[in-house]
Amino acid sequence: MSSSVVNSNDMRRPRHKRVLPGLGLTLGTSVLFISLILLLPLSGLVMQTAEMGWERYWFVITDPQVVASYRLTLVSALWASLFNGVFGLLLAWVLVRYEFPGRRLLDALVDLPFALPTAVAGITLATLYSDEGWYGGWLSGELGIQVAYTPLGVVIAMAFTSIPFVVRTVQPVLEEMAVEEEEAGMTLGASDWTVFRRILLPSLWPALVTGAALSFTRSLGEFGAVIFIAGNMPYVSEVTSLMIFMRLQEFDFAAASAIASVVLGVSLLLLLLINIWQARFLRRFQGR
Amino acid sequence: MLNKSRFFRPLFGALLVSASLQASAADQSLLNTSYDIARELFASYNPMFAEHWKEETGHTVEIRQSHAGSSKQALAILQGLPADVVTFNQVTDVQVLHDRGNLVSADWKSQFPNGSSPYYSTTAFLVRQGNPKGIDSWADLVRDDVRIVFPNPKTSGNGRYTYLAALGYAQKTFGDDQAKIDEFMKTFLSHVAVFDTGGRGATTTFVERKIGDVLITFESEVNNIRDQYSDDQYEVVVPKTSILAEFPVAVVERNAERNGTTEVAHEYLNYLYSEPAQRLLAGFNYRVHNETVKAEVADRFPEVDLLTVEDIAGGWPEAMKNIFSSGAKLDQLQRR
Repeated sequence: MSSSVVNSNDMRRPRHKRVLPGLGLTLGTSVLFISLILLLPLSGLVMQTAEMGWERYWFVITDPQVVASYRLTLVSALWASLFNGVFGLLLAWVLVRYEFPGRRLLDALVDLPFALPTAVAGITLATLYSDEGWYGGWLSGELGIQVAYTPLGVVIAMAFTSIPFVVRTVQPVLEEMAVEEEEAGMTLGASDWTVFRRILLPSLWPALVTGAALSFTRSLGEFGAVIFIAGNMPYVSEVTSLMIFMRLQEFDFAAASAIASVVLGVSLLLLLLINIWQARFLRRFQGR
Repeated sequence: MLNKSRFFRPLFGALLVSASLQASAADQSLLNTSYDIARELFASYNPMFAEHWKEETGHTVEIRQSHAGSSKQALAILQGLPADVVTFNQVTDVQVLHDRGNLVSADWKSQFPNGSSPYYSTTAFLVRQGNPKGIDSWADLVRDDVRIVFPNPKTSGNGRYTYLAALGYAQKTFGDDQAKIDEFMKTFLSHVAVFDTGGRGATTTFVERKIGDVLITFESEVNNIRDQYSDDQYEVVVPKTSILAEFPVAVVERNAERNGTTEVAHEYLNYLYSEPAQRLLAGFNYRVHNETVKAEVADRFPEVDLLTVEDIAGGWPEAMKNIFSSGAKLDQLQRR
């Protein structure tokens, strides 16, 4: 807005006018909502867990079957987020940098895993990847790879439900990026790989890591999509969220909360680390 | 004043809308909360009962259904789902409504005949066409070449019945030899191909994904599947020894009182024992108590030596505590 438009009436008001009314009101509303939808359920979780002593808590969260489920969940989530890191970046790149028929449709399709009920996703994936399915029949027939009802199926379900995180965090950064920087690099004789590594990746890195981390934490808690394709064999293909579900089936709310608190703790820690790392990274690279 | 009404009018409107959403065309509305695979059964029973109620009282009643694993349903009711009646496949899931929330009366088991179980079933096998693996009894299931599908006993009442039925067979076969019984159960569990969380999931795995040689589930479900696939893709095998699976019903007194549905709720469950309802239940391949109906359908239900949960494990609370709870027998047998 140019200063000539401002009339004398407005001049009397304080200069720091914000779009939203008053800091007090907006902050108050935000805190209230965070409390209602986040902190209240979380404190409920803590209270449920607090019903048991430390000894019992430790016993519940270190049960060998539960520990086996942590291992499967962590490893699968790691593979899923790595996969998403690579292919999500590729997808974002294609969507931002190229014009082709159906681009808008593809762009919209990326969000589908979010919109689709996870149970539907799980059943669909299990159908596709079972020996009778389109992919599964070929994979097991030609390559001897079993996907459905194995840990590999867990990875696929996790990757499917969380890929939008990577695409949607990387996309805006790619859009902001000036093509001139790459062109400058090329005119100075940099190879494609060098341009990618020295110019593109440093700017993309924070967004990519954030996206992959979100994808990872989302995968840690995934239930609906996973249980239909996992096979749910004890010590082999049980995810942690299933263990929580089992404790709930026994009406043992405290034990369920205890295991949930472990997943939550890991997710929170990871998100916190990413945030700290990102702040440092930005300071170092962009001099902020 | 003007300001006030401007503020209140939309509010009043909103209240009106929400009220009208709750009220329906029928005089009364009843929420029946049931187990996973009872959808079709109650979809047929509800209109039958509504007609009966209309004849008896002149009032109309609308019955709403909710289906999921019965433990999950019990949990939902404990957490506030306003169910008027429960029709479960697990005695423990009704009992917990009394123990944890005092929602059903202490004597719920004697409120209706046959331990408040209007129909029953047993656990049976479904095998593929021609029974290629020659499966006739529980003993065949521990053979090395047999893969089994049944729902996870940790998450499914159906699965718990299967476990207990196999255990009952083992006890009958090996007597007091606990080591042999454990060995049998261990092998049995190790032959499971996929552990779905509920009965329908297991059916899908066996039928649609073609996994496993034998599906173990309620006799009713087994027969329904066979009937659906009329081109002889599957065969039903009812083992000589199996378990009595009760399907307990109860009025959720506290909710019914609040909803003013106590009377209709009681009649809804009571009418399940009537001859037409029992015939309907038999049509869904459940075993029933009514003598007339029983005689009509005798040829469809082979004689089985039915063990009770009391025989096998001393009762449901004991079974839950000693076998299915965390760290108990089932977990021990699956430990690697």
